[in-house]
Amino acid sequence: MSRVRVLVGTRKGAFVLTADGKRERWDVSGPHFGGWEIYHLKGSPADPNRIYASQSSSWFGQVIQRSSDGGKTWEAVGNKFAYEGAVGNHLWYDGTQRLFEFARVWHLEPSLTDPDTVYAGIQDAALFRTTDGGQTWRELPGLRNHPSAPAWQPGAGGMCLHTILLDPSTAGRIFIAISAAGVFRSDDAGETWRPMNRGLRSEQIPDPTAEVGHCVHRIAMHRSRPNVLFMQKHWDVMRSDDAGESWKDVGGNLPTDFGFPIDVHAHEPNTVYVVPIKSDSEHYLPDGKLRVYRSRSGGHEWEPLTKGLPQSHCYVNVLRDAMAVDTLEPCGVYVGTTGGQVYASADAGDSWTPIVRDLPSVVSVEAQMLP
Amino acid sequence: MIRVVLPAHLRTLARVEGEVKLDVAGQVTQRSVLDALEASYPMLRGTIRDQVTRQRRAFVRFFACEQDISQESPDEPLPEAVASGAEPFLVIGAMAGG
Repeated sequence: MSRVRVLVGTRKGAFVLTADGKRERWDVSGPHFGGWEIYHLKGSPADPNRIYASQSSSWFGQVIQRSSDGGKTWEAVGNKFAYEGAVGNHLWYDGTQRLFEFARVWHLEPSLTDPDTVYAGIQDAALFRTTDGGQTWRELPGLRNHPSAPAWQPGAGGMCLHTILLDPSTAGRIFIAISAAGVFRSDDAGETWRPMNRGLRSEQIPDPTAEVGHCVHRIAMHRSRPNVLFMQKHWDVMRSDDAGESWKDVGGNLPTDFGFPIDVHAHEPNTVYVVPIKSDSEHYLPDGKLRVYRSRSGGHEWEPLTKGLPQSHCYVNVLRDAMAVDTLEPCGVYVGTTGGQVYASADAGDSWTPIVRDLPSVVSVEAQMLP
Repeated sequence: MIRVVLPAHLRTLARVEGEVKLDVAGQVTQRSVLDALEASYPMLRGTIRDQVTRQRRAFVRFFACEQDISQESPDEPLPEAVASGAEPFLVIGAMAGG
């Protein structure tokens, strides 16, 4: 029976949770890199023992860690993220222009086929790639040099490139998302990019339907159907059926369509999960209840999933990278909270149990399958 | 032999305990000490000085002989007591909460 490994990044270190296919009893290791912010860890689809971690602190900057033994041991690899060529400006909170400046790595996306190739999404928004296992990182500058870049602006968490989706069926196609710029797509392996934000509407920007400037919180796809994308925007849950060319609102009966993560069931490409959050000014759950919402119709109709989740006095948040699915049968779903809980469902969301309850605030959750 | 005291997080990252001892060729300055430190412990690159600008990171301070020398030129000679190894060069994480 396959096993599953859940990689958890928190504000004060990383944790590695492992279980057999039943997902009832979990081994917890960590904290790794105690005291450091771990924005993201992710394993290589081509080699599950190869894991990359983004470790950072306000004091000591960015470190990239690499494990080749499934997270038992780690080595620090390259951490130089230098923009290519002229740095250029983006929009600052006060409406002035400001130079792009590296702050941290938000997201690491290993190649689907090569354990040594990894994409890194950084703040201030840019895309980097390593092809030597993290020793050296080179920017793919076509994105940051897009003519719209001076209109990109930071969201509340900074101007981060937080989502990287590698299309498994169209060679060279990459989707990325930036807060607050929006979705961009490359069809030439990251050399050139086009904004993919038609149909988005954001009342927080002067032109609500502008080509860029939208605070996209997360996008997700199913491997079998990469032309269909789902999006959790600052407000609005959206769907694209044409690889990002256009978007439609599928928030339907959600109690609120503000939130951060969104993910797709591993075996049902029309089953989607979100965690509605009360509002952009409160950033906690509505009614003190942690409810994961599931749509089995690709949006519009949503059902609350509550069994095993706290239904009173719960005011945590679930951040954009803190939801994941595994590929076991039934599909496992994992949610990490800012209160330090990681909840697991081994039945596609019907019921939930906490794996851990008292970690530092959870920033990211990823699930890996092990032979 | 130059003695360098690192903050706990950087000792863990560099996998060292206690003081780090370095041979520094030529004049002993902040820059030459940090160059020698990073050459011996490449995992520390970018953690004390920015990788691109080579400027001291904002929340890192340098102390020597009970003085805060963070604002001095990186090419200013360090005190003789540091150059002789009688006193350590201290890398400090600024007291900024968290």
